[in-house]
Amino acid sequence: MPQIRPILTALRRHKAGVVLIAMQIALTLAIICNAFSIIQQRLAHLSEPTGIDEPNVVVVSNEMAASMTMPQMEAQVQADLVALRAIGGVQEAAIANAYPLRGNGWDDYVMLARDQVRPTTSTALYFSDDHFLGALGTRLVAGRNFRPDEIQSMSVRDELSASVAIVTEALASRLFPHQSALGKAIYLLGGTQPVTIVGVVRVLQPHSVDRWAAGFASHTMILPRRLLSDWGNYYIVRAQPGQSNEVMGKIRETLFAQNPMRIINDRDGIQRFADIRQDAYGRDRGMAVLMGIICVVLLAITAAGIVGLTSFWVSQRRRQIGVRRALGATQGDILLYFLTENLLISIGGSLLGVVLALGLNLWLVTRFEMQHLSLFYLMSGVVMLLALGQGAVWAPAVRASRVPPVEATRSV
Amino acid sequence: MFAYYLDLAWRSMRRSKVLTALMVLAIALGIGASMTTLTVLHVLSGDPIPGRSGSIFYPQLDPQDMDGYQPKDPPPEQVTWIDGMNLLHAARADHQALMTGGSVPVQPAQASIDPFYADARYTTSDFFTMFGVPFSGGTGWTALDDDRKARVAVISKALSDKLYGAQGAVGKVLRIKDVSFQVIGVLGDWHPNPHFYDLNIGNYAEDEDVYLPLSTSRDLELAHNGSNDCWGRGGEDARHFETASCVWLQLWVQILDPAKVAAYKQYLIHYSLEQKALGRFQRPPNVRLMNVMQWLNFMRVVPGDVRLQAWLALGFLAVCLINVVGLMLAKFLRRSPELGVRRALGASRRDIFVQLLVESGMVGLAGGAGGLLLAMIGLWLVRRQPSDYASLAHLDMTMLLATFTLALFSTLCAGLLPAWRACLVTPALQLKSQ
Repeated sequence: MPQIRPILTALRRHKAGVVLIAMQIALTLAIICNAFSIIQQRLAHLSEPTGIDEPNVVVVSNEMAASMTMPQMEAQVQADLVALRAIGGVQEAAIANAYPLRGNGWDDYVMLARDQVRPTTSTALYFSDDHFLGALGTRLVAGRNFRPDEIQSMSVRDELSASVAIVTEALASRLFPHQSALGKAIYLLGGTQPVTIVGVVRVLQPHSVDRWAAGFASHTMILPRRLLSDWGNYYIVRAQPGQSNEVMGKIRETLFAQNPMRIINDRDGIQRFADIRQDAYGRDRGMAVLMGIICVVLLAITAAGIVGLTSFWVSQRRRQIGVRRALGATQGDILLYFLTENLLISIGGSLLGVVLALGLNLWLVTRFEMQHLSLFYLMSGVVMLLALGQGAVWAPAVRASRVPPVEATRSV
Repeated sequence: MFAYYLDLAWRSMRRSKVLTALMVLAIALGIGASMTTLTVLHVLSGDPIPGRSGSIFYPQLDPQDMDGYQPKDPPPEQVTWIDGMNLLHAARADHQALMTGGSVPVQPAQASIDPFYADARYTTSDFFTMFGVPFSGGTGWTALDDDRKARVAVISKALSDKLYGAQGAVGKVLRIKDVSFQVIGVLGDWHPNPHFYDLNIGNYAEDEDVYLPLSTSRDLELAHNGSNDCWGRGGEDARHFETASCVWLQLWVQILDPAKVAAYKQYLIHYSLEQKALGRFQRPPNVRLMNVMQWLNFMRVVPGDVRLQAWLALGFLAVCLINVVGLMLAKFLRRSPELGVRRALGASRRDIFVQLLVESGMVGLAGGAGGLLLAMIGLWLVRRQPSDYASLAHLDMTMLLATFTLALFSTLCAGLLPAWRACLVTPALQLKSQ
């Protein structure tokens, strides 16, 4: 182990440079620790399961161009669904008002009693029928699917009158902790009568996973109502595994054969669920990528700074190095000297950096709803920067160790 | 003298190419990242209607019942039909317009275009005057049209071009949901960003194509788009929106005389008290009157991610600058012998200091140019993102100048310490060792 005291004495003669490297390390550490944390948070968010058979689900956005009465719309939807189910390779098709990750939809407050003042929680609502779960590929973990006598059509102008519902496990346990939710009654703020829970699915994501929808995150309720509107509706189509491409190709002509007075957008009228997922999480993915780039570039710049300053120090001290070599120091001693010097500066910088990182994190938590920094990221950041410092100093240090002892006798 | 310093700086930069390149690169990266994120922030937090935003206000009332009443809660973000109509007809401000969003099925006359849905705004006649909406042809409708539920429409330039081509849309018939509307106006270049007057349907790049009288839209029961918040047993029955205890409309007023703003707010309080006396309102008066920029700020329109990115990029720039300080320190001190000779030949410390600052300024300009290039690449990447504001991310003149100012200023700051240290050389000591 080299003598630390002479190194410290020597460092005192380069205060500006030492402070600069230490500050750079400290700031880099503060930024990358928090960037790691952001990346991890976003990646965790965008890999949450939707609870549906994603590879095989296709969503059709079916807009009707002509004015139709309710009975006409009902007949049209039934005919469309029969035709969609008849396409070769289709497992199931259902009508729905929304689907997971759509971006917006219907959400409502849930209460346990009719005249409750403060709602217990809120939930996303999907309006569909007994084919919905099959079309999404979502399985019940308890209870039963809707019975045909429970299903009705409903206009957006009608009052919500459903009396049974299927809910997600998260919503069930939020409403009825530590007990089965099956057979229990709840009330919706927009509804008129008690709604009995008849089925539970493990996971089914709401129509939005953005921050504004955090109030009903993973709370989803399916009601046995085919919601018909002038605007149109969605058809959820589930293909046999591996056949979604063929199915997608046939949907447009199938529907237009039923009734040509409809609008199916060329761009996003028929979408694979995988693409919907890609879009929904685009912003999170973008943020994670950006943070990754910033980390890499920051580390590179810090390394370049260390190489630059250390090289300068080495060239400044050629004579002193020559003297030490002439007095018996080995090449290894010189190498170790510079490595230790850098380690001391890096440790100093890292200590400051830990404080900065925690401060920055505290600020981000209050201003940007970020999670607290985990000790793991802090520690890996410190280790990474210490290693980076040693790596960056290696080349100049090797050059220093190659300074011949004869340098001591030269005057220039 | 300045030219000589430039020449010296150029020679010095060429002598240590790697070091110079490293400095320029560090500045370029820092500036590029900062300018990309600051440009996005600048575009997103801009004033959607410059010149008018200070005189246009968004009145808020609290018509809710006592359920869940918290004294400090802000009033709802929209108004009910009854309150909106009352305040509209009271006409206490210079201009006022009541509005909401919607979407309408457009049935083109020509068979070559399939029917499609267009975003619509249902509003009242003052909308166009108050917001100073430019027209490329025709005009908006009148208050009389509002009263008569007239079948008239104002459409965007884009929709006019799509449906009527070069001959223009004014006077033509527009079929919406099997009803004929007469097109009386075509808008000019009107893309307010953020979409301040209705933030429920997206904050950016959300222009409507069809503008119809609000009364007409209710008469025809055209589909409503946006948020609809109800309380009590208000129900969500679209046929009875007029009487329901739901807020779903935006009311905007223009008060040209700043002295009258307080009076208008007083009027809102007075109105709330009056409604309470009538039994419609239950809560104590809770009114707000924010102008456009205050409203955008209150609604936190600029996404948190964008602000976070801007802060991180500035931190990144700080690291880059510290890096440049270190490299410049090494570079200048390495030239101590040369500077010693110049000092011995009669250059003052000040001369040396200025000379070195000129050199760092050159590095800064080169870094700024590189940063500009990187910022353009960065903005191009931002535009390819799926976010709603992506299409807006363009560099304007202000940000272009800001890029170079920031680059030059920050590099000069970075050069201060190294130049100061370098000009402290003792001429005699340097000459002796030669």
